[in-house]
Parts: sequence; structure tokens; C-alpha cells
Amino acid sequence: MTWSKDEMAKEVIELFEPQSSVNLGIGLPTLVAQYISPDLEIMIHSENGVLGVKGRPKKSEVSPTLINAGKETISIKNGASFFDSSLSFGMIRGGHIDYCVLGGMEVDTERSLANWMIPGKKVTGMGGAMDLVNGSRCVIVMMSHFSKDGSSKLKSKCSLPLTGVDVVDIVVTDYGIFKPSEGKFEILKLASGINKEDLKELEIYR
Amino acid sequence: MKTKIYSNAKDACADITSGSSIMSGGFGLCGIAENCIDAIANLDIKDLTVISNNIGNSGRGLVKILIQNKISKAFCSYVGGNPDLEKQMFDGSVQVELVPQGTFSERIRAAGLGIRAFYTPTGYGTLVAEGKEVKEFDKPCILETALHADFAIIKAQKGDKYGNLWFKETARNFSPLMAMAAKTTIVEVEELVELGDIPAEDIHLPGIFVQRIFQGSNYKNDIEFLKVEEE
Repeated sequence: MTWSKDEMAKEVIELFEPQSSVNLGIGLPTLVAQYISPDLEIMIHSENGVLGVKGRPKKSEVSPTLINAGKETISIKNGASFFDSSLSFGMIRGGHIDYCVLGGMEVDTERSLANWMIPGKKVTGMGGAMDLVNGSRCVIVMMSHFSKDGSSKLKSKCSLPLTGVDVVDIVVTDYGIFKPSEGKFEILKLASGINKEDLKELEIYR
Repeated sequence: MKTKIYSNAKDACADITSGSSIMSGGFGLCGIAENCIDAIANLDIKDLTVISNNIGNSGRGLVKILIQNKISKAFCSYVGGNPDLEKQMFDGSVQVELVPQGTFSERIRAAGLGIRAFYTPTGYGTLVAEGKEVKEFDKPCILETALHADFAIIKAQKGDKYGNLWFKETARNFSPLMAMAAKTTIVEVEELVELGDIPAEDIHLPGIFVQRIFQGSNYKNDIEFLKVEEE
């Protein structure tokens, strides 16, 4: 059986070293925050200018000026800090963020990611993704393995406009965990009951 | 003695004209200059260049000006959540330059601090790099230039008559950078305080970068996505 979104989030957390700094992208990766144990002492960074995100606020503690990059209300933990966008992206570009978790439209065997536009159809914009993939020490892409039309989002080469070239370290999908390297996706783990044959385009896997 | 204090947004924004370039602080709707945006919406002007991370969101903020067709060019990093902008982008009524958010903030900071250009790995090998100089350091980087504006419209929680500012929580975002980069920086505050009320070591932006300041009113401080802990 494929992993649920919550199970994917837990698999992502397994990849984190304790006491590391982590940036979680808009959408699916935001879910990861819900499952991070306080014991890991992880500092969650949000690029709109906060390090030390705790989670969701209590109803009585909601503040319109306390949000994450997904524009959702948040709470912070002791030890958190606020800063401007330039310093925030300095943390990213300067290599101070240990992990970023981003959503994806396509990832390829050359470690490239596409996740910001579909020409002629949809433009979400890159937001901070282009900085995150070039600056974070480990880039994790979290996405469904197949798109709605059934085609694999893991490709030999991305067809959509790129977010970054040669930047992706790990891909966590509902089917398993994959590492693009040397022209193939190395299968690190499969969800229980999933076989390599279920991945369809077998030639891109090792 | 010349004062930086204006009585309201209408007076502070009165000399913004057609063709002006305006930086607008805020992340989504968090920390936006609500009073200034309303004042610009009431001006009979067009062909504005607007530099803002989101150009409003969810039909609010700068979207008020966008749907009046006052904006002809926009610099931003994110269109998601702003269907009005996506529509005007596709029909060509607004020319949009999408800038990666870290490059966006650094281009603005550079303008304010006298840096003409810088090399960054962000965007290398993507559409963003098209037409830009590439130079090999430890990895290939592209040359990005400073981004200036005629005006910045900024909202702060507290400010004094010299223009020293203090921002609340994540409302700081691009605002201090934009305040440094514009020729004329217009600031609205929730609390106009006396000199010395903000301790000197707590000032987020020194007033040297601010030309106009006024006590704002009727703040909505909209929340885009209210998420609360389940009890």
C-alpha cells in the first residue's frame, strides 16, 4: 500500500538529524511540522522571517502578524527569532539551513527539480524555492509519485521549466524514498507491499 | 524645522504620479501598508510599476489597485494565491518579472546600500538566468542588479517622528529593505510614539531611511489562513 500524506511526513522526519535547521515549503511539506517531536530540538525556519516555528497557535494566541511562508497562523517556541527577508535568505543562501523540504511537479535523474510553472497553463512563481534548492545543505522533495493522469513525476529529464539544476538529494513519494545519482534513481526504501514494478518506468531506477 | 510627520495617507501619497515605481512591504497580507494602498486606489493615476512579493493576495491588498488597471509592470516572486494577477499576467495587461525571493530581497537591499550588482547561484540554469552574465565561482552564479524605486509604502507597528521603526513578529519581511531602497519612503504606523520610546538597541530600521510617517487608522490586519491547534 502506498503511504498516506501523514506517513510521508513521518518518513521525511526520519531523514533529519537532531538539532538541525529545517525549512518546510508551502503545501504538502507544511504537514511535516505536525509530526516533529520536540525531543529532536529541530529549529523550523520559515523564509518570511522566523526561525523556531512551533506549530499551530491556540485560538487565544492567534496573531495576524505571526505567520509562516504559507500565510498560515503559527506559534513559536522559546529560542525563536524574527528577522527581515534579506537575512532570512542569507541563512538559506549562506548554507546555514540543513534541510529544505519542497513540493515538486517533476524531479529527474540529473537531480533537477521543476515546481513553479506549467507554460501557458499555470504560474505559481518560484517564491523562495530557487534560493532554497541552491542554498540548503540537503534538498528533499516531497510529492506524489504519479500525477493525476498517471504519468510518473520522477523522470529521466524534466520537461517543465526548472527550479534548479543538479540540486535534489532525496525524493520522498507515496511509493518510497529515492536518491537521484549517476543518471538513475536509487531506490532507498519502498512502502510496504510496493514492488519495483509498481513504479512503471523501470529504466530510470537502480 | 521640517517635519516628517504627515496627517494621513492621502497627504503622504499625494505626489505619487502615473509612471511612478512603488515598493510595497508585506508578505501576503501580513504587514502591508493598508492606508497607503487605499490612498493610491483613490488617486487618478496609471502605469505604475509595483515591486512587492505577492502584489496582494486573495483579492485584497494591492489587488485593489491591480483590478483598477493601474499597474502596468510588477516585480514579485509568487503568484500563487493571487488569481487576479495570474489573469492579468496571461492576458498581457501587466508585465510581470518573477524574481526568486532571495534575489528579490537582496536586489532591494543592494539598492538601499549602494551595491550595484552581485553574483548568486540562485536561478542558474533556469529561465531566470536568461540573458544574464554567468560566472564560475565554487559553482556557476548569475549577475543580478540592484532594484530601486521612486516610493516605498511601509507599515510598522511603532515609529517615531525621526522615522525609527519597530516591526511586530513576522510583519518585518521586506519592509526595512524597501525603506532603504526607495527615493521617498512613506511609513504608516499603528503607534506613533515619542523619540526614545523605542529603545535605541531595539530599533529595526533607523529613521535616516524614512522621509514621511503618519499615524495609520482602521487596520484590518487580515489573516489569510487561520490555523489553530485542535483542542
